[in-house]
Amino acid sequence: MDETLKLKVENLNFYYGSFHALKNINLPIPSRKITAIIGPSGCGKSTLLRCFNRMHDLYANVRYEGAIYLYPDRLNIISKGTDPLYVRRRIGMVFQKPNPFPKSIYENIAYGLRINGIKDKKVIDEKVEKALRDAGLWEEVKDRLSANAYSLSGGQQQRLCIARAIAVEPEVILFDEPTSALDPISTGRIEDLLVELKNKLTIVIVTHNMQQAARISDFTAFMYLGELIEFDVTEKLFTNPAKKLTEEYITGRFG
Amino acid sequence: MKVETKKKLDIVFKAFLIITSLSSILVTFAIVLALIEDTIRFFVHPEGGGFPTSLFRFFTETEWTPTFVTKKIGIWPLLAGTFLIASIAMIVSIPLGLIIAVYLSEFASWRVREAIKPWLDFLEAVPTVVYGYFALLAVTPLLQWIFRFFGIEMEGMNALSPGIVLGIMILPFTASMVEDSIRGVPQYLREASYALGASKLRTAFEVVVPAAKSGILASYLLGISRALGETMVVAIAAGMYPNLTINPLEPVQTITGYIVQVALGDLPFLSFEYLSIFAAGFMLFLITLFFNQLAVYFKSKIERY
Repeated sequence: MDETLKLKVENLNFYYGSFHALKNINLPIPSRKITAIIGPSGCGKSTLLRCFNRMHDLYANVRYEGAIYLYPDRLNIISKGTDPLYVRRRIGMVFQKPNPFPKSIYENIAYGLRINGIKDKKVIDEKVEKALRDAGLWEEVKDRLSANAYSLSGGQQQRLCIARAIAVEPEVILFDEPTSALDPISTGRIEDLLVELKNKLTIVIVTHNMQQAARISDFTAFMYLGELIEFDVTEKLFTNPAKKLTEEYITGRFG
Repeated sequence: MKVETKKKLDIVFKAFLIITSLSSILVTFAIVLALIEDTIRFFVHPEGGGFPTSLFRFFTETEWTPTFVTKKIGIWPLLAGTFLIASIAMIVSIPLGLIIAVYLSEFASWRVREAIKPWLDFLEAVPTVVYGYFALLAVTPLLQWIFRFFGIEMEGMNALSPGIVLGIMILPFTASMVEDSIRGVPQYLREASYALGASKLRTAFEVVVPAAKSGILASYLLGISRALGETMVVAIAAGMYPNLTINPLEPVQTITGYIVQVALGDLPFLSFEYLSIFAAGFMLFLITLFFNQLAVYFKSKIERY
């Protein structure tokens, strides 16, 4: 593959207690592209996604083996010596259910900026506006930045969460089924947004929705029972899969 | 068994349940009625000047001496003592309660939490009279020793020492209620914060605690109610002198302390002195009712995510 690499998963094994959730995963994530991870429920796609920003560290009894390299500096994300806080500042995340903080729209974005050490009110104002513009939310909320984030609709809340993630200028954003709780119109807006965002950063998206993966992603990985079955250019994987299991899944024979 | 008999049994059992649950409400009403009755008797008693003069004196005089020959019946000294001690207790209990609750719910491992919680419960199981003597015989001498370094002489009976001990005494109560509110904050809000690269400490104090603010406020209001109504600690360590002051180093008397003092004596039934404890008690009832209602209001505002 002649793409620049952003992330590289090497022989990754992941355990919840004694449960072997991810089995020897090897996966390249190209820079400034959308990589989709698909597969039936319980196949480990969200588990894999949450390895990229060490989200599992919040819970007891988990274990990583292998390596996930973040380029250009080839930082091993899951190495014990790597600070997960540092990783999370470089790799943002948007969750399945919109989860804005119970604060104002403005505060939701300013919070992340302050974590990154930005104190100047003027700079924060500018960055809040830019993030909201980039997330396509500015026109809708510019007159009520001090309103509570929960006064927004579900789709707007999710775009606010995206704005919150991009405000701190991460290199990668992980999306964990970001549209599964949204209506088709909101889903469409968010898909357009993702396609726009890939000009600036790398996107990894976990999705249940195969049409969504086919519509927006450049590369697709198919997982099944904790294993990576196939990884390829999206078009190739959906039209001419190499593995029989992939074909059965995308044609809807199971899952 | 026939269907008829079953139905009859159902009715009997239902009636039994209703009566048992009503009895608790009845007892509450009986207590309030008794309180109101003797409060009215106090205010119409000739020694207080009769109604409405007595009510006017109750809120305008600045001394409380119903048991003396010259009777002054201003409630303010008792209210000042009550609120002074409750305030000191809350100054101790609010930050400590928050820190303990945040530590237990956000930082402590399961193992540590299980080790600490029984000790908090133990604190709650200690009889209040023990706290009273702890204040009088341990905390007061310690405070006197500390204040002496600054050239301040503190009296043996004072508001500060029982206030501090009271704050510690209600700590298990406030801490566990605050912890419950904090635990009610959904995990996805914490994850949102961590995903931005926030530390545990920042997440706890800038996301979790603000998200639980209504519940925390309700917990503290109930804590205030408890501090206002506490009796033994203040009766033992605060003194027996109704004192209109905000100086925590002076002896004070709370409403509950006054009730104990009068109830221990052998005053004639339905005398003016005897009735005065009901007037003071009714006042306390209204105040704690107010704080409880405020807590109920904030509880109803607890955010559901």
